[in-house]
Amino acid sequence: MSSSPTRSLHRFANPGQFLRLSGAILPYLSVAALVTMAAGLGWGLFVSPADYQQGDAVRIMYVHVPSAWLASAGYTGLAVCSVMSLIWRHPLADLAAAEISPVGAGFTALCLATGSLWGKPMWGAWWVWDARLTSVLVLFFLYIGHIALVRAFDDPTRGYRAGAILALVGVVNLPIIKFSVEWWNTLHQPASITLTGAPAMAPAILWPLLVSAIGYTLVFAAIVVARTRAAVMERRIRALLMARAASEGGA
Amino acid sequence: MTRKRRRLYVLLACAIGLGSATALVLTAFSDNLVFFVSPSDLATKAAPGRTLRLGGLVEQGSVQRTQAGASFRVTDGAKSVAVTYAGILPDLFREGQGVVTLGTLNADGTFKASEVLAKHDETYMPKEVAEALKKSGQWKPDGGTK
Repeated sequence: MSSSPTRSLHRFANPGQFLRLSGAILPYLSVAALVTMAAGLGWGLFVSPADYQQGDAVRIMYVHVPSAWLASAGYTGLAVCSVMSLIWRHPLADLAAAEISPVGAGFTALCLATGSLWGKPMWGAWWVWDARLTSVLVLFFLYIGHIALVRAFDDPTRGYRAGAILALVGVVNLPIIKFSVEWWNTLHQPASITLTGAPAMAPAILWPLLVSAIGYTLVFAAIVVARTRAAVMERRIRALLMARAASEGGA
Repeated sequence: MTRKRRRLYVLLACAIGLGSATALVLTAFSDNLVFFVSPSDLATKAAPGRTLRLGGLVEQGSVQRTQAGASFRVTDGAKSVAVTYAGILPDLFREGQGVVTLGTLNADGTFKASEVLAKHDETYMPKEVAEALKKSGQWKPDGGTK
């Protein structure tokens, strides 16, 4: 396992290296994130055409779909950090996992809220218990559970360990969310954009959606990087304070 | 075997166990996980007085608006069921579009709905594109251009 590729990967995940590297990247990442998101949302909300069936209500999609994508993608990131934490006991992965889950929970809440606002005028219901909606609600609870569990122990290491196990158990929900609309009858429609086959979406609607999705993804990344930097620094300050208290107590 | 490698194998074993357990549970409960039944399945699924959801496409030319609400036929291509509904139809309710109704099956084979939800498909396009497709004859009623 300690072959050279993994070792070199760990060199980048070293907390000191991470602070230097992320400090250099973060300003550019933040600006790119805000510009792309503003461009995507402006294009989608004000310029793009209304849908032939749904009219202007289709514009909720430019917020709903990117946040839904990040709800799942963020959880995938959380799962990757949890694997690194459980197998390689990597301290930076612990910190990143704890910082991803509140952001992921926020985007999942945004996805559920905008979905509800879209559902009422189009379907005729704020909420239905179909497989897609229910599995996304479960994802939201998994995020909330992870946030609470990581912070529930006096010894942070035990919290990170328990959180990582919870996060990995929850991974089983990701394919259920993705394929719920294909496996079972649902009120929610199937995916419009697939890896195979042409998107069932006119280019005038597809492009602003893709730009929005990239913008949201960059925003998510920027928030997580900034939060993880803060967590690394907080940990260093705590270590310094404890060292000072120990030396004063000894003197 | 290093401790890291052992932890990796334990994690993989847990993933396989949990994954297959979930797959078995979902397969076993798949009848209960569907949100609605199709007109073809209605006869086997519906007991008199049992509330369930019926879903499908609104049959072309079947909608009759009455004072109290509407009556229409829901079809899945193979079979169709007559539905009566007293209430306000959602904006997206159209002939040829998807619909999900909650209600009970009457003894005469008609379905009495207490709630009607519109189901839309995954196709999105501007109005002008839809009209152009209809004009050029490339339009397919259920699913736009696909």
